Amino acid sequence: MAVETDGLTRDFGAFRAVDHVTLAIPRGAIFGFLGPNGSGKTTTIRMLCGLLRPSSGDGRVVGCDIAREGEAIRRRIGYMSQKFSLYDDLTVAENLTFYAGMYGLGNARRRERVDAMIGLADLRGRERVVTGALSCGVRQRLALACAIVHEPEMIFLDEPTSGVDPAARRRFWETIADLSEEGATVMVSTHFMDEAEHCTGLGLMYSGRMLACGTPEELKRRLVAETGRLWQARVRDSIGFLDRIHLDGSGSVLDAYIFGSSIRILARGDSLPADVAGEADWEEREVTLEDVFVHHVRSSAGKEVRKCGA
Amino acid sequence: MIAARDVQKFYGDVHAIRGVSFDAERGTVFGIVGPDGAGKTTLLRMIVGVLSPSSGTVRVAFDGGDGEARRRMGYVAGKFSLYEDLSILENLSLFSRLYGMSENRAKARADELLDLTGLSPFGDRLAGRLSGGMRQKLAIAAAVLHEPELIVLDEPGTGVDPVSRRDIWGVLYRLNRKGVTIVVSTSYMDEAELCMRLIFLHEGRVLESGTPDEICGRFPYRILRARSETPGVRKSLVDFPCPGTSSFGHSVHVVVDGDDGDRRLREHLERAGIFDATVDAIPPTLEDVFVLLAGNGAHHS
Repeated sequence: MAVETDGLTRDFGAFRAVDHVTLAIPRGAIFGFLGPNGSGKTTTIRMLCGLLRPSSGDGRVVGCDIAREGEAIRRRIGYMSQKFSLYDDLTVAENLTFYAGMYGLGNARRRERVDAMIGLADLRGRERVVTGALSCGVRQRLALACAIVHEPEMIFLDEPTSGVDPAARRRFWETIADLSEEGATVMVSTHFMDEAEHCTGLGLMYSGRMLACGTPEELKRRLVAETGRLWQARVRDSIGFLDRIHLDGSGSVLDAYIFGSSIRILARGDSLPADVAGEADWEEREVTLEDVFVHHVRSSAGKEVRKCGA
Repeated sequence: MIAARDVQKFYGDVHAIRGVSFDAERGTVFGIVGPDGAGKTTLLRMIVGVLSPSSGTVRVAFDGGDGEARRRMGYVAGKFSLYEDLSILENLSLFSRLYGMSENRAKARADELLDLTGLSPFGDRLAGRLSGGMRQKLAIAAAVLHEPELIVLDEPGTGVDPVSRRDIWGVLYRLNRKGVTIVVSTSYMDEAELCMRLIFLHEGRVLESGTPDEICGRFPYRILRARSETPGVRKSLVDFPCPGTSSFGHSVHVVVDGDDGDRRLREHLERAGIFDATVDAIPPTLEDVFVLLAGNGAHHS
C-alpha cells in the first residue's frame, strides 16, 4: 500500500478538522479526494506529507510513519499546491533546474530529469520563455513537472485544476494517467464532481469524515442498489411537479431535482410508480457522482464512520 | 431581454472580449460558461451596466421601457459582498432601505425570501458565521429583495458543496418560475447543463451557443467507453486513428468518426491482445463539446 491510515484525526482547539479517517491506497492508484471547501482534504494531505502531526490515529506513506518520519516522506513525495509555486520571473528551464537543485539531484541526473520534464510538460522549444508569460493551463503543467522532477513514488495534488479550461484539464489528466501507469501513486483533492470520474478510486470527505470509498463505478452501482434508478423527463411545470410529489423517505421517490429544462428523480425499484410514470416520457439516466455525494451527505447524520479501502 | 452585439473590450493591451454577440430571452435561465479568464465577469458587468464595452453594444430591455433599469435588476457578485458583522435580518433590512422599500413591504418580502432560501431559522445569525452555501443564499435574497425582473449571478456554484449547490439552483428555478430572468456564469461544465440556454466563452469569443441538448446534439462524433481488466488499453490506443481519447479511471473514452467505430475499436483492441474489453456508446457531455471546440479554435500558448 502506498498510503495506509488508521483513525487519523486532527483537532484545532475545539474544532475537529479530520475525524477518524481510515484509508488504504494501493500503489499505482489515482485516488481522488472529493469534498467541498473546508471538509478536511487539505488537512489530511498535510498530515500525510508529514507536515502536520495527527492529534490521534496513525498512518504510513510509502512505508514511512507520518508522525516520526516526515523528513523521509518529503524526499520521496511530490506535492503540488493549488497556488502553483513557480517563480514568475524565471524561465521554464530555470524553474525546473531550481527545483531539481532543491531536491539535491546531482549534475548529470539534474540535466536528464529537467530535459524529461520539459518533454512531459510539452514545453520543448519554450525552455527560455519567462514563466509569468505562460497561460494558466501551461503553468499548471510546468508546476506538475517541478513537483515531480525528483521522480517521487507518491504525488499529492491539492486542487490542481482550479480555473483551468476543460481542454487543458483533460490533457492534465492524461499526464496523470501516464504517471500512474509508470507506477507512481497519485492522490488528488478536488471539489469538481465531474473531475472525480478520472480517478481509479475515490474517497468522499464531508465535515472531516470519510463518508464513502470505492471506484467511481462501485459508488454509482452501490447508490443504485441501495436506493434506485435515476429518471429524467421534461414536464411542463417542474416546480409544480416537485411540490406535488412527497419526499418523506417512505414513498418510492427518494430524491427529485430540476435539471435545466427537465426534472430528475431517483426512485426505488425497477420502474416508476404509475402516477409519476404517466406524467411524462421518462428516460433512465446513469447516476452521477454528484447524486452519490448528495445521497451520502443527506444520509450521513449520526451514522457510524465507514472503514475505507480504495 | 438582453441583446449583445459585436462587443469588444480592451483592458490596456489585453483584448478581453473579442466580438461577442448573443441574445437572452425574457424568462430564461441563461448561462455564460467558460474557464477563468474567458471574459465571463466582464460580460456580466456590462449587462449590469457598471462597465462599458470598448465597442459594440449590450442592451437590456425591460417591459414598458427602461426607466430605472438598475433598480429592475439584481446582481450577485462572485465575492461575498454583504456585511459580515450584521445578522441575516439586519443585512436584508439594510438592503431594503437602500432600495427605498416601505417597512411593511420589506418585512413581507424578507419573510418570503427567508422561507424560499430555507434561512428562516437563522435570521439572527451573523453573516460572517454562515457556511458558504448559506452566504450564497443570503446574497441571492438580498439581490432579489426589491423584486427585480432580471438577476445576474457571478459563479454562484463556485466553492459550495454539492448539496448547497442543488439548493441554490432550486432557489433560482423557483425565482425563474415567478418570472425572473436569470443570467449565471460558471466554469463548471456540469453546472452548465442546468441552464436552459448558454454560450461557451473561450478567450473572449463565443465558441458555441444554444440549449444543452442542442449543443450536445451538434457534437459530430460518437463517444465509446472502453473498459477492460487487462492493462494497456490506453497504450494500445496511441495508434488508433480517431479524433481523441481521454482516460477516466479504469475506462477510456474514445471519440470515433463514423458508424463502424465500435467494430474498428474492438478489432484494434483485439490486435493488441485485449479480448475482455466492454465497449458501450455514451452520450457526449458539454465538456466533450467544449474540449473539441477549444482544441480546434485556439492554441493554448
